[in-house]
Amino acid sequence: MTTLMAILIGTFYAAAIYMMLRRSVVKLVIGLILLSNAANLLIFTVAGINRGIPPLIPEGQLVIDGPAADPLAQAVILTSIVIGFGVLAFAVVLIHRACEVVQTDDMNEMKGTD
Amino acid sequence: MDLEVLVALPIIIPLLIGALSLTLLNNHSAQRWLGAIGTAILLISAVWLLVHTLEVGIQVLEVGSWPAPFGIVLVADMLGAIMVLLASTLGFITALYSLKTIRKRFERFGYYPLLHLLLAGVNGAFLTGDIFNLYVWFEVLLVASFALLILGGERAQMEGAIKYVTLNLLSSALFLTAIGLTYGLVGTLNMADIAVKLASLEDQKMVTVIGSLFLIAFAIKAAAFPLFFWLPASYHTPQVAVSAIFAGLLTKVGVYALYRVFTLIFTADTGFTHEVLLWMGVFTMLTGVLGAAAQFEIRRILSFHSISQIGYMMLGLALFTPLALIGGIFYIVHHSVVKSSLFLTSGLIYRLGGSFELKKLGGLYRKHPGLAILFFVPALSLAGVPPLSGFFAKFILIKAGVEVGSWWAIGIALLVGLLTLYSMIKIWNEAFWKATPEPNPPVPAPTRNGLIYFSIGVLAVLTVALGVFAQPMYQIADIAAQQLLNPAVYIEAVLGRTSP
Repeated sequence: MTTLMAILIGTFYAAAIYMMLRRSVVKLVIGLILLSNAANLLIFTVAGINRGIPPLIPEGQLVIDGPAADPLAQAVILTSIVIGFGVLAFAVVLIHRACEVVQTDDMNEMKGTD
Repeated sequence: MDLEVLVALPIIIPLLIGALSLTLLNNHSAQRWLGAIGTAILLISAVWLLVHTLEVGIQVLEVGSWPAPFGIVLVADMLGAIMVLLASTLGFITALYSLKTIRKRFERFGYYPLLHLLLAGVNGAFLTGDIFNLYVWFEVLLVASFALLILGGERAQMEGAIKYVTLNLLSSALFLTAIGLTYGLVGTLNMADIAVKLASLEDQKMVTVIGSLFLIAFAIKAAAFPLFFWLPASYHTPQVAVSAIFAGLLTKVGVYALYRVFTLIFTADTGFTHEVLLWMGVFTMLTGVLGAAAQFEIRRILSFHSISQIGYMMLGLALFTPLALIGGIFYIVHHSVVKSSLFLTSGLIYRLGGSFELKKLGGLYRKHPGLAILFFVPALSLAGVPPLSGFFAKFILIKAGVEVGSWWAIGIALLVGLLTLYSMIKIWNEAFWKATPEPNPPVPAPTRNGLIYFSIGVLAVLTVALGVFAQPMYQIADIAAQQLLNPAVYIEAVLGRTSP
């Protein structure tokens, strides 16, 4: 499972970079979406994929028995999903406004400030 | 009163003031008052924090009383406290400058709440002791900076913002990836705990790989060679007050993160990481200053110089001796003050001369000698002329380089200093010295600029003071450098036990 996830994540990163290198600003934003999802999946995978074992300590004990799902990784992913969502909302509005102002969606036409 | 809460104040104050300011969005005078008074309170708390850290040592606040390494900690070591004071000073000066220069239209779009949010994000990044929390603060300050950057909605701002947003989000994603890999390796997010656990790992190759990911992520934020292209595309487009605080603070956050991570966590393989940092620093200096030489718009020249100066700060970290770190920290302080001051001056040049283009300007020395002095002092300081702050910052770095024997780096640093002087003299000759060109650019109606002169004047006095009274600054930087070079102190303060 981990190997499969690793290949998937690698594909995500590759696809994200490929999309970001395209000239269309819309594809650029799609690339950003893929990139943040790739990072989230990466954290999900490196924390260990455990199915159906919640990290609950049995009554009367102080430590957990055996392996358990890692709640911290999930909290981290949740936070970064929320942040990524907010930032992407901004990026989408930005490219919308930029396309209106510059009258094109081609990155090559947006070189006025370089 | 428990003084540990001091560590949280520089984050809480701007957040509260920002929220309050947001509720008063349509009351312009209240927003302005809140802007000036709020940042003044922030400045007081930052001074208090620095003094307290100087007296007592590293301050740690366990948020919600969750003990480290399980909860999030806020840590103020000397470097963090210096950076917070710097951010608060620039925040206060920018707020004063904004009172006269930010139009009502922008205030209605939330200029002041965004400014407070930006300061909260920057201070949070300087004070947090948790690597994921650092990511969160980065995002807070990024979102605030995105909105500030496009305030005005002109074509150039949109074009610049797309590059700025894309590359910064790319950097954030790399940062998050590096955090994920670190977590997979050691299972903790507390920076002190990571440092302890990474050092005890057997396979140090993976550690170097993760270190390189952090290096790339932070180098994009710091605008280092070859990852700086977003900066000259965007920094000259927003309102001048925004440019000033961006140039003074935002790239420094990247530099700070490099300093923190590469003194605390990734110190095992300095032969590789710090060698890469050294050459990145050298090429950053060189490309930045050469880019500036080709420009004839004041804000673009200043943007390229920001890049060039980042190279010196990276050099300080890369040489990795006590003296070099002192020089690097001195340089960060010096550059923030001077660069903000120059950007604010460029705004005043626009108000009085009617243009940012050097070809259209001229004769400002005759018409506005006060403005000329306010430009001349920080410009010479940037170039490193004694007895101003830039001279001592460069001198310490070069001396550190001589001790290590990095002759190439020193040679290029000196050459870049000379080229910086050339650029500053170019602005001086074109904007101030030569006769007013025909036809005259339309000069705006005379306005009362007393507050603007005052805010720039404070920064100009600061750069002189940092030069004339370099000794106290040197001592403070010395304490910060000692703490950086001896991470055991930091680790013990956070985890409450000595590292193995």
